[in-house]
Amino acid sequence: MSAMTDTGHADAHHGPAKGLMRWVLTTNHKDIGSMYLWFSFFMFLAGGFMAMVIRAELFEPGMQIVEPEFYNQMLTMHGLIMVFGAVMPAFTGLANWMIPMMVGAPDMALPRMNNWSFWILPFAFALMMSTLFMEGGGPNFGWTAYAPLSTDYGPKSTTFFIFAIHMMGISSIMGAINIIATILNLRAPGMTLMKMPLFVWTWLITAYLLIAVMPVLAGAVTMMLMDIHFGTSFFNAGGGGDPVLYQHVFWFFGHPEVYIMILPAFGIVSAIIPAFARKPLFGYTSMVYATASIAFLSFIVWAHHMFTVGIPVTGELFFMYATMLIAVPTGVKVFNWITTMFRGAMTFETPMLFSLAFVVLFTLGGFSGLMLAIAPADFQYHDTYFVVAHFHYVLVSGAVFAIIAGVYYWLPKWTGHMYDETLAKTHFWLSFIGMNLTFFPMHFLGLAGMPRRIPDYALQFTDFNMIASAGGFLFGTTQLLFLFVVIKCVICGKKAAAKPWEGADGLEWSVPSPAPYHTFSTPPDVK
Amino acid sequence: MKHSVRILAGLMGLGSAMSQADWGLNMTRGVTSVSEDVYGLHMAIFWVCVIIGVIVFGVMFWSIIMHRKSRGVKPATFHESTLVEILWTTIPFLILVGMAIPATKTLIHMYDADDSDIDIKVTGHQWKWEYEYLGEGVSFFSNLSTPLEQIYNVRRKNPNYLLEVDEPLVVPTGKKIRFLITAGDVIHSWWVPALAVKKDAIPGFINEAWTIIDKPGIYRGQCAELCGRNHAFMPIVLDVRSEEDYASWLGEKREEAKAIRALTARDWSYDELYDRGKGVYNKVCAQCHQANGMGIPGAFPALKGTPMTTKKDQLTAHVDIVVNGKKGTAMQAFGPQLNEADLAAVITYERNAWGNNTGQMVKPVDILQYKKTGQLPQTGDQAK
Repeated sequence: MSAMTDTGHADAHHGPAKGLMRWVLTTNHKDIGSMYLWFSFFMFLAGGFMAMVIRAELFEPGMQIVEPEFYNQMLTMHGLIMVFGAVMPAFTGLANWMIPMMVGAPDMALPRMNNWSFWILPFAFALMMSTLFMEGGGPNFGWTAYAPLSTDYGPKSTTFFIFAIHMMGISSIMGAINIIATILNLRAPGMTLMKMPLFVWTWLITAYLLIAVMPVLAGAVTMMLMDIHFGTSFFNAGGGGDPVLYQHVFWFFGHPEVYIMILPAFGIVSAIIPAFARKPLFGYTSMVYATASIAFLSFIVWAHHMFTVGIPVTGELFFMYATMLIAVPTGVKVFNWITTMFRGAMTFETPMLFSLAFVVLFTLGGFSGLMLAIAPADFQYHDTYFVVAHFHYVLVSGAVFAIIAGVYYWLPKWTGHMYDETLAKTHFWLSFIGMNLTFFPMHFLGLAGMPRRIPDYALQFTDFNMIASAGGFLFGTTQLLFLFVVIKCVICGKKAAAKPWEGADGLEWSVPSPAPYHTFSTPPDVK
Repeated sequence: MKHSVRILAGLMGLGSAMSQADWGLNMTRGVTSVSEDVYGLHMAIFWVCVIIGVIVFGVMFWSIIMHRKSRGVKPATFHESTLVEILWTTIPFLILVGMAIPATKTLIHMYDADDSDIDIKVTGHQWKWEYEYLGEGVSFFSNLSTPLEQIYNVRRKNPNYLLEVDEPLVVPTGKKIRFLITAGDVIHSWWVPALAVKKDAIPGFINEAWTIIDKPGIYRGQCAELCGRNHAFMPIVLDVRSEEDYASWLGEKREEAKAIRALTARDWSYDELYDRGKGVYNKVCAQCHQANGMGIPGAFPALKGTPMTTKKDQLTAHVDIVVNGKKGTAMQAFGPQLNEADLAAVITYERNAWGNNTGQMVKPVDILQYKKTGQLPQTGDQAK
């Protein structure tokens, strides 16, 4: 174990600095990873609180708690915070912590930029959330910000929203560059591309997606800015512009964006399932190719978000076929995970429970996605709660469950302590029940005709909305238990071994727990 | 078909609730042949998903139950098989091709809006629909008719709460109706589930959709694209009648237009205008400016005690903003939406309600002149 002796040597010279400045000035991938993860967790709570406001208002018909314009601000902020503040930084945090350790690198390739890409985020979100207290309120046009509702008809604070999006985009692009540079340049000798753990592979592909599409989003919001302040008419039909152009540009970003939020999740689950099935991942090579295919297809399906805008029939058909095609590589992934479990020797610790729930519930979200791909049927589903159910199945029980699974899986490595298994399993079961109680009835609501993004609804939707709200409160409060489990683990968890999971595989388990401040100062040998 | 969905729901622990008939669970079959086709596609793809789900989750749960360490099993070591990978790439692909064929047929059929019998222009406004029967000289606005007291839980809610309008869109059975859909401000989306018609209403664009309805009845829908504050409050009600009933309704609408012209011409007293104005205000203006005239700070200006509604010399400006709207804001041009009597009444009301005691009144004929010349007559500024 050359790595271990080396780290001991490095520690003597260069431990973490003391006090607050350690966190402000740090260039250490582990520190930055931790900050990303904590930041994303608090954003998750903030976005979750807004979801609670939404569910409380929707508990019964009529306006009770908030006014429609505030409701619209809540649903917009909820979306923006969860996408840009919770899910994406959480994956970047996991990437920071794990990618250098997985490829046998001493740190990220560009440590100072790493510091900057994190520290932009708190300011970006402070700017964005401050709009809620401005005259006229915060953005109220949905996270998709369709023009002209967001331009000519938007609140004054839209400008701050635009700058906040620019800052988040810069942060994401820098993070992505760093990850690509690390993976391509800092792999230990012998760590060929096709030996990399799938989490590294999926992040490599995700990082390319980020670099490709974040500038597109920046372009879209910059055109908004020009329309609002400089008299241009990119999206204003009255000035010769085109409101549909905004949607094309936005979804050219937006569809790859949804894969940005799920591909790293595939990587996490592909690490956890083999570990707890005690059997190597089935079809590693096909997993890599499937991920690449999904990433490629994500660029040519954007208009399926716009089936009702009146695209010519040939365009509609193209996007329908391309969208249906995504089911093929996604199916391959699910089949591979299940074949990995088949004839394994499974145990069901919390990371595995979240991963199994991921496979089942993400697949359900995939099924509703396949249904949504059928353009004529989409005319009935589009902009209803069926869509809300669909994307919460892939984002909550998909992305979020995978992140939580990853946190439980690697927590012993990060902290050197085991978490409380009983409490963690309670967290799992309450989350599982709460999540399904919240989002499963939304399928029925959507099919029965309830539009999304409404603060008040017709009487026939009452019962399912009450169930969804009750489930939402359960799911929301359960996440405080998660916070408790993590804090308890950090403070007084039992000592963890270097490799606490019997079936786990990978370089990260070859260093002690907790991982020393510097790991792999000398590259490890990869067989 | 419905049964299977119930089973699925039952699995999610909702079994006890299934006995209640009004729990809508599945997509409507609708009342047109197109909506039947869409329903068929929906159920077909649903069953494809159910079958794949049963197989995939079957293998998964079999593994979870049989291949667990606590049963003392030894893990196998196999980790690839090109044959299996090829199989589970091709089979789903073929299933998708099988689904794409009927979907393509339906889609092409839905896009064929040619040879229509009746053309109706549908315009989305914040937050109401405007219907114009092209070539018939009939057009009107369709507003939510659910009173604010019900929305704010002061009164009991109607059975059709939020799905009722003052004036429904009336169409005949058995005719091919083409909808030409556009918007006057932001993007809306015109959706009637029973017809399987949902098309975005986009400013600067005219989208087409069509339907042939065989069954008379009332069909309800809603705006399906977030369009601002009252997105939830702009429903669509379709009143489908026999051809004869439709023809006589169309005749009545033409008569009504005549009557409204007479309304403009007749002489009005202050009290008549004030009372009529209060009704118009609460129906059309109160959603933004609020029933008490206070507006919503930062979003919608107050009308109570502001210079425009209290200073006598601001009368023309007041008429201008109501008739022509204010560009780039939610304040739309009400000139085309309301008749002269309603415009005169609502302006009179706003200038005298909530302590705005200007004592000024505007008559319908004055508004007519304003619409034509852009100026109020000198006598327009008269006391009550």
